Amino acid sequence: MKTVNSSISKLDGMSLVTGKAAYTDDFAPKDALIVKVLRSPHAFARIKKIDTTIAEKVPGVACIFTHKNVIRKPFTRAGQCYPELSPYDKFLLDEYVRHVGDDVAIIAAIDEKTATKAMKLIKVEYDVLKPVLDLREAENSNPVHPEEDIFTKLEVGFNRQKNIVAKIDFSLGDIDEALASSEIVIKRNYSTQAQAQGMMETQRTYTYLDNYGRLVVVTSTQIPFHVRRILANALDIPMSKIRVIKPRIGGGFGSKQTAQSEFYPALVTLETGKPAKIVYSRKEVFIGTTSRHAMTFDITIGADRKGKIKAIDMEGLWDTGAYGEHAQTTLGAAGKKVLTLYNKVDACRFNGKALYTNHVPGGALRGFGVTQGTFALESAINELAKELDIDPIKLREINMIKKGETTPLYNIVTKGAGNDPMYMDSCLLEYCVNRGKELISWNAKYPKRVISSTKVRGMGMAISQQGSGLPNIDMASATLKLNDDGFFTLLLGATDIGTGSDTILCQIAAEALNVDIDKIIVYASDTDITPFDSGAYASSTTYTTGNAVIDAAEKMKDLIISYGAKYFETVDENIAFDGSNIIRKDNNEKISLVEFSKKITYNMLFTQLVATGSFVPKKAAPPYMAGFAEVEVDLETGKVDVIDFIGVVDCGTPINPKLAKVQAEGGIVQGIGLALYEEVKYTNEGRLINNTFMEYKMPTRMDTGNIYVELADGYDETGPYGAKSIGEVVINTVAPAITEAIYNACGVRIRDLPATPEKVLLQL
Amino acid sequence: MINLITIKNYVVPQTVEEAYGYLTSNKASTIFGGGAFIRMGSKNISTAIDLSKCGLNNITESDDSIEIGAMVTFGDLESSTILKNHFNNLLAISVKDIVGIQMRNIVTVGGTVYSRYGFSDFITALMVLDAKVKLHKGGLVPIELFITDGSKEKDILEYITIKKDNRRASFKSMRNSKGDYAILNIAVSKKENMCIAVGARPGRAILAKKTMEYINENGINLDNLEEALDVLTEEVKFGSNSRGSSQYREKICRTLIKRALKEADCLEA
Amino acid sequence: MKLNARINGIKVSLEISPDEFLVDTLRRNGYLGVKQGCDTGTCGVCTIHVDGKAVLSCVLLSAKVEGREITTIEGVQNEAKVIGKYLVDEGVDQCGYCSSGTIMSILYLEKSIANPTDEEILHYLNGNLCRCTGYTGQLRAIKKYMEGKYNENCKQ
Repeated sequence: MKTVNSSISKLDGMSLVTGKAAYTDDFAPKDALIVKVLRSPHAFARIKKIDTTIAEKVPGVACIFTHKNVIRKPFTRAGQCYPELSPYDKFLLDEYVRHVGDDVAIIAAIDEKTATKAMKLIKVEYDVLKPVLDLREAENSNPVHPEEDIFTKLEVGFNRQKNIVAKIDFSLGDIDEALASSEIVIKRNYSTQAQAQGMMETQRTYTYLDNYGRLVVVTSTQIPFHVRRILANALDIPMSKIRVIKPRIGGGFGSKQTAQSEFYPALVTLETGKPAKIVYSRKEVFIGTTSRHAMTFDITIGADRKGKIKAIDMEGLWDTGAYGEHAQTTLGAAGKKVLTLYNKVDACRFNGKALYTNHVPGGALRGFGVTQGTFALESAINELAKELDIDPIKLREINMIKKGETTPLYNIVTKGAGNDPMYMDSCLLEYCVNRGKELISWNAKYPKRVISSTKVRGMGMAISQQGSGLPNIDMASATLKLNDDGFFTLLLGATDIGTGSDTILCQIAAEALNVDIDKIIVYASDTDITPFDSGAYASSTTYTTGNAVIDAAEKMKDLIISYGAKYFETVDENIAFDGSNIIRKDNNEKISLVEFSKKITYNMLFTQLVATGSFVPKKAAPPYMAGFAEVEVDLETGKVDVIDFIGVVDCGTPINPKLAKVQAEGGIVQGIGLALYEEVKYTNEGRLINNTFMEYKMPTRMDTGNIYVELADGYDETGPYGAKSIGEVVINTVAPAITEAIYNACGVRIRDLPATPEKVLLQL
Repeated sequence: MINLITIKNYVVPQTVEEAYGYLTSNKASTIFGGGAFIRMGSKNISTAIDLSKCGLNNITESDDSIEIGAMVTFGDLESSTILKNHFNNLLAISVKDIVGIQMRNIVTVGGTVYSRYGFSDFITALMVLDAKVKLHKGGLVPIELFITDGSKEKDILEYITIKKDNRRASFKSMRNSKGDYAILNIAVSKKENMCIAVGARPGRAILAKKTMEYINENGINLDNLEEALDVLTEEVKFGSNSRGSSQYREKICRTLIKRALKEADCLEA
Repeated sequence: MKLNARINGIKVSLEISPDEFLVDTLRRNGYLGVKQGCDTGTCGVCTIHVDGKAVLSCVLLSAKVEGREITTIEGVQNEAKVIGKYLVDEGVDQCGYCSSGTIMSILYLEKSIANPTDEEILHYLNGNLCRCTGYTGQLRAIKKYMEGKYNENCKQ
């Protein structure tokens, strides 16, 4: 039996594509109160006066909350393990509003029209303050958080008065000396924009009280267990009073790794005792939730003439917007999972600061800081190759990490790593580079081909890595239950956000138990029923939860053997379980699992076999990728079209190659969006201009060119059946490969994303 | 911040005359074309007037003209067998890149032209044809005059009539994502005289009259093309918005015009 | 006001308000296969057919479809299962949220063009955004579906 490394279809696929009820709003009670949030029109203001008397009189209004009648208790919305690295800087509602779109009041009414009408009748007088909109000036500007009761749980360099949310500093070797001894030193600056996650289903939640008076929260989230903890803290009620249920999720990409829409209906249900529902509009997603942190990096690289890189120095500023969710962790990842790619340097240094501004908050988005860091470093490496006049692939070959190698930096940046070298035994980056080079016919096409007097095609490439879960931080668990017809229930706290993780984890369970996949039924995730899982983020589900499933399956097999021994009245060592039968070895007597499960339920032993397994990564198990782009530049309009993008990915042994490949294809297109299309602009007053899909352009299917993905034939011994992660690494190489290709085509170097036709043409 | 459309009454008159009665009976009554863009604004409408049943849904052809009803959708334009045979399929080409087919099946000719949207591709194409707008009260108005001045009072656009004069034409637009609205669009046509329109500047489409005059006097060929384009960028005013700066628009305008002139075979040897 | 129309072949009379959008009317009345991704007519998630033409139910006022024939994914379950199988086989079901709109667009394409080229497929589906799949696999699935249908027709 071989269910892993096989391209089976998603178990819930047909139901989803034919439009069956599956998502949060499909199940919301029809009588739920409709909840609306009044949002700030100002980037920074103090609410002088807020008057809800007229609004409250609108027939059908159930309740209205302002900062004056909700509890004031700082919390963080970030979905992270406790204690969080994000500051406790958010209140349910506050007298200050810190970005256009920040929440001012919460209205619940019998229907949408009534709620909206009441919302318009709330009178707010603002004392408009000067917003902090320039990242470089943020440290010397007025504090975005004038209130003194916010704090961090852990020491992260937080300094409220100076708008510093977190600082990350680490280094290896003597950077000054390594730079001084370099024959070539280049210094560059790169910036990336606050990309939107762009999941198709917006945030939405409904809440009700169950028959025990507990708050049930049904929500489109990547982090049900964190949501339970965050809500308990914010609402100041015991965690035991909250149950969080996650139905199908219409896409996440990090957008639902921060609690958002849960607070408002929860408050309303607790106040009124009635079911309540909120569905975010697309505009609310843009102005009222989070996006990728915009960043700017100054990079200095030193090398010798032959192309040996001696020193890399990265100094970054991180725009976390009005709240600090995921700022420290994304900033850290931008260094930790980027600098380790080049393990042969004499020295490297990373210095980063995440700063408050009055922009829409930053948060989690596929790539999680590594995307930004990779764009900066890989762009700089490409520029260095030009300075050295060597092929950028050659430059990588000399300097990048290879199979079996390591760097002490892995120990420095991995929590609980100790001092033993962490060898990257499963690293197939070198293969990925070579294979991609071949697939795109690099030698024939690099650096450019002139197509006509107005069209030139250029080539570019980049490499990247990511993590597979967070070592010694993010924990997952899985429970297996043997049912009385010989099939197993797999209970997961993990959340399938479209990745197919429910299916993949069933494959792993089936493999580990040596049973057919139709003997596994899966249920995820419900904080009352399923075991703890930190959530769908940090590229962790296949790797971390997958290992937890194996652990559970091993324990289940032990239980079956031990109860099999009781059944046959012998010792455990005399029993074998082959997935179908329990066999007494000394006389070959056997009972089928179906019979056995019935017998132990109804006739003898009278027991329920349940096993729970847990896992936390101990070691970094990075997936790697090499990405190659050929683009065509229109020299008269600046328009850039991707002709080919080729990605070769080392994700260890893919559990489901088909689903892994589609992850990669999707990640590449999201990267194309970051590179070429997705603009983020603010007015001088701090209002986000690109706040609808009409203004914010994600790539359409005519914008992407040919995408081709191959998976390297890898194996990581720490992964479940050799698997590493794939979800995030796939986005990172796209932007630096494309901007390099643009440069090779037309000589224009784009250092701030996206590379719009306007930027290209005006520099031509 | 709060987008809300409220509509008190929705009426479906059977004739334009009846529709006009509704329109003039109340200040806050509004004609609905496709209604594709109403969600973008906040509006209190007393009576929404749906022209679906007023017989304005057809594209028809006579010996010397084509008539496009106000309720014809962009999707209809795209698949029209009549339009395919005229002006190098200019009108269908002008609308085919707008967002997606589902949107084009909603957006109407009348809604777009009456609203005189600056971002419109279709209006720019119409401008280089001998086209007139038929208003219920205002009568026939040349397209350029209508786009510049609009209607003096609330009126109903019934149809657009276009003279079949066998002119050659070409439409070009610049968009970054193919799902976006144009950063700039242009159209050229040539019968005896040259006609050039520039739209999505981002302001409303206009005719480049001085350039047209220059070309009509001097002819146009590869030698004086740049000079003609200088006249054009001198006379056409470009602005900046989220899709592009005036500087960029000016640059690509030259490119698009050049390409359209070539495509419509307007450059003399 | 009342909306009288046919939904998936069945005559209905639904209570609506004049400023209500069709996606809301449909979902409120149990057509939950119709999803919504934006409200500016730019993502295609809410695609349905009115009188056989693909339109966006998020920008269409319910009152506007009086007397017309509305088709949602619920009304084309057999076709959806066939197309859906190709999508699932290719692994591009992913989060699934955009699928019903995408399938409605594929059906409209099929009706409009007999043997579409890649370019025509892309043109007809350009209004359907998907953030999960990167579109490549969807194109593979649609082409296989069209080929399968073509071969089926040849056999007959």
